[in-house]
Amino acid sequence: MVVSYRGPALRERLLVLAVVLLAAYLCPSTLLAESRPVPGDAIVVGSIGDASRLLPILATDSASGDIVGLLFNGLLKYNERLEIVGDLAESWVVSRDGLTITFTLRPNARWHDGQPVTAEDVRFTYDKLVDPNVHTPYSSSYELVQSVEVLDPRTVRVTYKEPFAPALESWMMGIIPKHLLEREDLNTTRFLRQPVGHGPYRFVRWKTGELIELAANPDYFEHRPYIDRYLYRIIPDQATLFLELLTNGIDLSSLTPLQYHRQTGGPFIARSYQKFRYPSFGFTYIGYNLQDHRFSDARVRRAINQAIDKQAIIDGVLYGLGAMATGPYPKESWAYNPDIVPTRQDLPAARALLAEAGWTDHDGDGWLDRDGAPLRFTLLTNQGNEVRRQVAELVQQQLKGVGIDVKIRIIEWSTFVHEFIDKRRFDAVLLGWNLSRDPDLYDLFHSSKTKEGEYNFVGYADPEVDQLLVEGRRTFDQGARQRIYREVHRRLYEDQPYTFLFVPDALPIVASRFRNVVATPIGIGYNFIDWYAPREEQRYKRLSQ
Amino acid sequence: MWSAECGVRSTGLSFPIPHSPFRIRDIVMASYLIRRVLGFVPVLFLITVISFGIMHLAPGKPTDAAMSFNPKVSLEARQRLEKLYGLDRPLHVQYAQWLSRTARVDFGRSFLDDRPVTEKIVERLPITLTINVCSLLLILGIAIPLGVTAAVRPGRWFDRVSTVFVFIGYSTPSFWLALFCIALFGVTLRWLPISGVHSLDYEAFGSVHRWLDMGWHLILPVGIAAFGGLAGISRFMRSSMVEVLQQDYIRTARAKGLPERRVLFHHGLRNGLLPVITILGLSVPDLIGGAVIAETIFSIPGMGRLFYEAVMARDYPVVMALVTIGGVLTMLGNFFADVAYAYADPRIRVGAAESR
Amino acid sequence: MPRLFRNRMVLAGGVVLVLLAVVAVFAPWLAPHDPLGVNLADALLPPSAAYPLGTDPLGRDVLSRLIFGTRISLVIGCIAVGISVVVGMAVGALAGFYGGWVDAVLMRLVDTLLSIPTIFLLLAIIAMDPAEQLLQLGRLPLVGGLIAGLLRVVDPQIVILMAAIGLMSWMGVARLVRAEILSLKEREFVLAARVIGCSSWRLITRHLLPNAMAPVLVSATLGVGGAILLESLLSYLGLGVQPPTPSWGNILNEGRVALGVAWWLTLSPGVCILVTVLSFNLLGEGIREWLERQ
Repeated sequence: MVVSYRGPALRERLLVLAVVLLAAYLCPSTLLAESRPVPGDAIVVGSIGDASRLLPILATDSASGDIVGLLFNGLLKYNERLEIVGDLAESWVVSRDGLTITFTLRPNARWHDGQPVTAEDVRFTYDKLVDPNVHTPYSSSYELVQSVEVLDPRTVRVTYKEPFAPALESWMMGIIPKHLLEREDLNTTRFLRQPVGHGPYRFVRWKTGELIELAANPDYFEHRPYIDRYLYRIIPDQATLFLELLTNGIDLSSLTPLQYHRQTGGPFIARSYQKFRYPSFGFTYIGYNLQDHRFSDARVRRAINQAIDKQAIIDGVLYGLGAMATGPYPKESWAYNPDIVPTRQDLPAARALLAEAGWTDHDGDGWLDRDGAPLRFTLLTNQGNEVRRQVAELVQQQLKGVGIDVKIRIIEWSTFVHEFIDKRRFDAVLLGWNLSRDPDLYDLFHSSKTKEGEYNFVGYADPEVDQLLVEGRRTFDQGARQRIYREVHRRLYEDQPYTFLFVPDALPIVASRFRNVVATPIGIGYNFIDWYAPREEQRYKRLSQ
Repeated sequence: MWSAECGVRSTGLSFPIPHSPFRIRDIVMASYLIRRVLGFVPVLFLITVISFGIMHLAPGKPTDAAMSFNPKVSLEARQRLEKLYGLDRPLHVQYAQWLSRTARVDFGRSFLDDRPVTEKIVERLPITLTINVCSLLLILGIAIPLGVTAAVRPGRWFDRVSTVFVFIGYSTPSFWLALFCIALFGVTLRWLPISGVHSLDYEAFGSVHRWLDMGWHLILPVGIAAFGGLAGISRFMRSSMVEVLQQDYIRTARAKGLPERRVLFHHGLRNGLLPVITILGLSVPDLIGGAVIAETIFSIPGMGRLFYEAVMARDYPVVMALVTIGGVLTMLGNFFADVAYAYADPRIRVGAAESR
Repeated sequence: MPRLFRNRMVLAGGVVLVLLAVVAVFAPWLAPHDPLGVNLADALLPPSAAYPLGTDPLGRDVLSRLIFGTRISLVIGCIAVGISVVVGMAVGALAGFYGGWVDAVLMRLVDTLLSIPTIFLLLAIIAMDPAEQLLQLGRLPLVGGLIAGLLRVVDPQIVILMAAIGLMSWMGVARLVRAEILSLKEREFVLAARVIGCSSWRLITRHLLPNAMAPVLVSATLGVGGAILLESLLSYLGLGVQPPTPSWGNILNEGRVALGVAWWLTLSPGVCILVTVLSFNLLGEGIREWLERQ
């Protein structure tokens, strides 16, 4: 018997359709929506400070930097694995002798007014960076440049007087438009408040002290960012900023360790926000005045290193949101020396070292002394930093345990820098550095950088380290540089010109409706143009004019 | 002060001046006032010198905040910038330059962002003025009735309670109160916004909606500012009214059988308000000043924050401009207060009444 | 005199202040814990039997810190006002007594200082970090010994705070004293004293100033409240009393970052400040009322 198969009957088809539709309706919509980013919505970012100048070569404060980073690109950038990749530059070539770098620009980068981004713009940017009449502080990174030549509209050749590895990082500086700025006085031009860039976002408006608004650039060379608007709200008080977070007033902010740990555990935050943590590229340290007779002996410095329980500080002040530091590099850096083991707190060993250096409690008053004078020093730190204040208090208490009397003084920043650091009128300071990804530490530890106002204010001078620092800058070979900087790391840890305390975590918090947000060593913002909010979760519907 | 500096003695000037447009009183007063105005000049000068000295002698440079401890910025770059801003020249030269520019009403450019100082001030003035004027009106609206009512029955229940109430306002640390109110009204109850002056969608609102939006945002800042300022005016109003109500002419009016209302408002209040008005003259300079803590907590871009941030960043042009303007306004306020005192002095009023 | 104490405001204010003074003096015996004792394990605990007002981010007992903070607040307030009264009386007496160009110059100075915004002067003084200069002063002969001794007992920063706040507020006192002296100058007893051959110095100190004390007393009492508010403001900004010394403003500052989690860090110091300043204000107003009735 032959039964002809005529396919599913109409009723069956309708049944299948109904089941499919029902399933689609019942399934959580996020499962369907997540796979396809949609444009729309706005992201509201909270900032303590207002921007001052929206031009890359003049932007010095972090707020200006945040905005400028979305409006302008550099020739190069770091990707999420901390590798240098092309941004405006499609490719680049470093010559064998390390003296020239040739960049080839991508063809489809355009300014927000439609003009193409060309090599002329790159040369113009360089000219202004080294122009003595422009108020830019960044000229020092370009001192070794001998010339910048435009070979053709898409090719730029930069020639250096000597090989300079940190140069690649210096070309992450935002490129500025020649055709709009060549007749302007860069210090006072209106452009600073109404910039025209080429980046993923376009400038819309700036209400001083209140708000900066940016809109997505539909012609951006990678792709149009999904989030339509970027609203930068200026909220100068930490407490208020946090309260705004509690009422969905802002979508993106940075948390303090206390906030991350204790104040953002409730169900409201869990529903509305996603928290991230990743190690920041900076460290907190105690710097010693190496000219001071108490600290010129390395044994004293090493003893203090052993007397301090860094993990307790991290647990107590950072609520565990950080890692012990053994040197100036975090673990994620390729220059980090993995063979160095952080010292645990060891009070007897510390006391033994101090005794070796001549410090024991001769008179039984509980404090160490030598030649009749007790071991007492003042630890200075700057006003306005809650975490540092608490760290200082903990250090004070811990060093009391070995008999060292520490006094704390908190000083307003400008006074601190001018009266105490620059003039070397300090015993020890508690500070932090935020470093660039390039491991060059010449400015911090080379013995020539000890003039008033320079950054080797501890006065570290080791001829071998000097040599290493000079060599590290002069070669582009990453393998060679890695060996050099690992050795620098080791030497610094032995000599302890700083007691490296910890690397704090960065703790951004983002509204939960945004997808594609990932914490990487470079941060969460590297793929900002890929963030999106599913249509049904978008909060801010209106597009700007 | 009045009697010592301008002695209107009844034994002087006995010759007649027929048909003179100016009475003796006016001439004497005018010369007094002119002397006062001339006295302002050295004070203003001294104010600017002292402020200039303080700013420059305080350690720190405008280039610090962003540029020190930024490893990308070398010492040479910082020094070059200082030279560009003229900070390396000797103090008296810098002051002379500032003075000559200010005389032409050119306040120079801010060090923070190179914008004209005038522009920065004008940008922030409206919101500060709005808050201060609203707050003042609120204070007057509450304090005057409060003071009058307390004065009518001194020592009784209302007087005591209202006194304690205004004093609580005066004694509360405003920043503490601000944080609490925000936490209560903004977070817990969600009745009021937490910070800012406008909502995010402000640009898309119609004009009525815009006014309402701003008003909604200003409820807490104005309210808290007013709460702190009630004590001064209400106590002053009270003591002024108490004194006025003890005067003879009040008793006369009452004896004449006038209704209490008329006695109070027509005779009492008119005279009782006079000292309060002179006090208001003295608070004119405060109208352009902002409370920096309140502005920080409420994220209001006002004059207080402008000043505080300028001081901390050693933004000399902005600081000097604000101090100078503040000084001029204080002088003006004092001047008007003196004029008001002069006209309010009973001796003059009585003299005027007699010559009528 | 008894009439003064029957005034309810004076009574209320006075009682509270006496209590505060007792707390300040007997602080070490009253505080249940060490105000400086860091104890991370107990950080940010809410009020409980062991810690009646909770703990701060470093695990220190808030109640103990508040008790010791009473010392700081009262000392700063009283000494700052003391300085302002001494300077103000001196300047006001000289201006009022001698008149003429002395008066003109001094009053111009007063006008000038009154026109400079308070925040500015305070910030400038604090930012200049005169604590360091003060420590240097300790090396001078004679006076240096006194200063050095004082600095051993009191933190230099606190000395600076007291001096700064005091020097901010003497102008009002000077004006008051001057006005009083001007009106007193014309009275008969002054004339009589001069006839006897009384020297100016004696005249001022023995006869004029004591009679001018009344409004100064009121101003001083109100001034202490103002000084305490000012100190709390400065500590909130981070420019006041330095850690680890507890002050009410300090504790408020720490509470700021823990808002939302540790309400006890914000509530209790604020209430302390409020009650203290209120008491001083009520006391001052009560004295003024009593004086007006004289």
